[in-house]
Amino acid sequence: MQALYAQLLVGLINGSFYALLSLGLAVIFGMLNIINFAHGALYMMGAFVAYFLLNNDYLSIGYWPALIVAPIVVGIFGMILERTMLQWLTGLDHLYGLLLTFGIALIVQGVFQNYFGSSGLPYAIPDQLKGGMNLGFMFLPVYRGWVVVFSLIVCIATWFLIEKTRLGAYLRAATENPTLVRAFGINVPRMITLTYGLGVGLAALAGVLSAPINQVRPLMGADLIIVVFAVVVIGGMGSIMGSIITGFALGVIEGLTKYFYPEASNTVVFVLMVLVLLVKPTGLTGRAA
Amino acid sequence: MTVLTDDTLPVTPRAMRDEMIVFVVMALLLAAVPFSGLYPFFVMQALCFALLACAFNLLIGYGGLLSFGHAMFLGTAGYCSAHALKVWALPPELGILVGIAGAFVLSIVTGYISIRRQGIYFSMITLALSQLLYFIYLQAPFTHGEDGIQGIPQGRMFGVFDLTKPTVLYYVVLVGFLAGFLLIYRIINSPFGEVLKSIRENEPRAISLGYRTDQYKFLAFVLSGTLAGFAGALKVFVAQNASLTDVHWSMSGEVVLMTLVGGLGTIFGPVVGAFAIIAMQQYLAGFGQWVTVIQGSIFVICVLTFRRGVVGEIAHYFRRSL
Repeated sequence: MQALYAQLLVGLINGSFYALLSLGLAVIFGMLNIINFAHGALYMMGAFVAYFLLNNDYLSIGYWPALIVAPIVVGIFGMILERTMLQWLTGLDHLYGLLLTFGIALIVQGVFQNYFGSSGLPYAIPDQLKGGMNLGFMFLPVYRGWVVVFSLIVCIATWFLIEKTRLGAYLRAATENPTLVRAFGINVPRMITLTYGLGVGLAALAGVLSAPINQVRPLMGADLIIVVFAVVVIGGMGSIMGSIITGFALGVIEGLTKYFYPEASNTVVFVLMVLVLLVKPTGLTGRAA
Repeated sequence: MTVLTDDTLPVTPRAMRDEMIVFVVMALLLAAVPFSGLYPFFVMQALCFALLACAFNLLIGYGGLLSFGHAMFLGTAGYCSAHALKVWALPPELGILVGIAGAFVLSIVTGYISIRRQGIYFSMITLALSQLLYFIYLQAPFTHGEDGIQGIPQGRMFGVFDLTKPTVLYYVVLVGFLAGFLLIYRIINSPFGEVLKSIRENEPRAISLGYRTDQYKFLAFVLSGTLAGFAGALKVFVAQNASLTDVHWSMSGEVVLMTLVGGLGTIFGPVVGAFAIIAMQQYLAGFGQWVTVIQGSIFVICVLTFRRGVVGEIAHYFRRSL
């Protein structure tokens, strides 16, 4: 039973990364009409920024500030990418956005691989979150519990920002009809840049959160992004809440698979994607693409 | 789908004549390779990838479908052929057939699943399916996991051609490539190919004209996957192994890159692109991971400034279809 709960917790943690990443992908796709293949690479950058901040002799900035600084740094990097490259793709076929961001992902991952090799760099759990709690039915490492709770809060906050605030209303309106929103005097290109920054920042945040659990590796995002793509296909990119729920749910299912049939734990998300496509081709949230 | 190729030229007898002239020149140049002192292994490898890129191009350039998982056909056909040659000890021609059959079956299954979604979702689904297959091959016993199937006997083609001789092998691969290339050329210029192009340009209109576009796209997917499998089966004889790298997503990315560099939706572009990328990898082999960075940069530069690709730009300049 202990092992089952442990795998469930691992599933929840993976689920929070899926949720944070697919959320960012959905927000970016809504505004830019681009599937951001570089999302995994930017997630990795988030982890590396946290690593640099901690290990630089002059800075030695710890986990807590990194949780804010790393997403901002990577977000600014993302906004530069959007301004210098992605914005020129407006009006072109979707596939060019995919190809361009794939190229960016190769560059970023290649550069990091050159300097750091492919092995993992350790990142220590902050002192406040070390140790664990005995919940009676299982032993809960504090850091892992923190990741799940904090990710959930960030996801809900993003949902609130987009669905319930005035800024979010502008954003949704601009997704539907950018020309009309511009006619109302709202600077849509700037909003697009900020949206990309937000989506990328969420990926970087997931990277910082995962650094103490999964180690910091140049290719840590490369395989993850493909799983997240499958999550996005299953959940559809139509709804924010849909992305969050699908992300967590698939993480849990993956965790359960690790316990009951470990051989299939790598593939279960893809198999589920196939099943969903066969039964309901439009994805679970139902909007046609 | 919009603006993939902004200048679709009509198929005229003159265009067909131009294309046949270029084809004959290409065939003669390739046939002369063994006398030129070029390393035949390099050219054979490039020919296999050129065929793979041409098959991929059939799907994206003429059907408007970006598959990000074409490595799965290359790798699957490779494993099937390698298994047939080594374990079942079949002769080369049957080994190739087994590989093609494997890719054919796989393309029917994956096509049936992925064709249900359009545009960008299609790319993500094909990528996810190829990753699924990667993990299956990683664990399946007959692929020998990380080691792959090694030391594959090349044998005698039709009992006559001794494939262990590099020159004989080269001409067999060349004939295979040219046959595959001509088949793709024939498909593109057939009534089926014309319907495919019309679907790429304006799918709702094609539907309103009474075409069952899903069936056309499915058939294009199966043709493309099977031909990619042919490339994979040929590659087994050149490399004498079948390994996981051929199924990995980075291989799918390379195929996309080759076609993009040469020119999406051009007939000769994928061949030019394949030779360019393989040559680049050959010369930059000592630079380690910088090759990845360079490949990524080529992607970015091509998409931002050079969307027609090498052959596409030339064709555009001369107002010809190539």
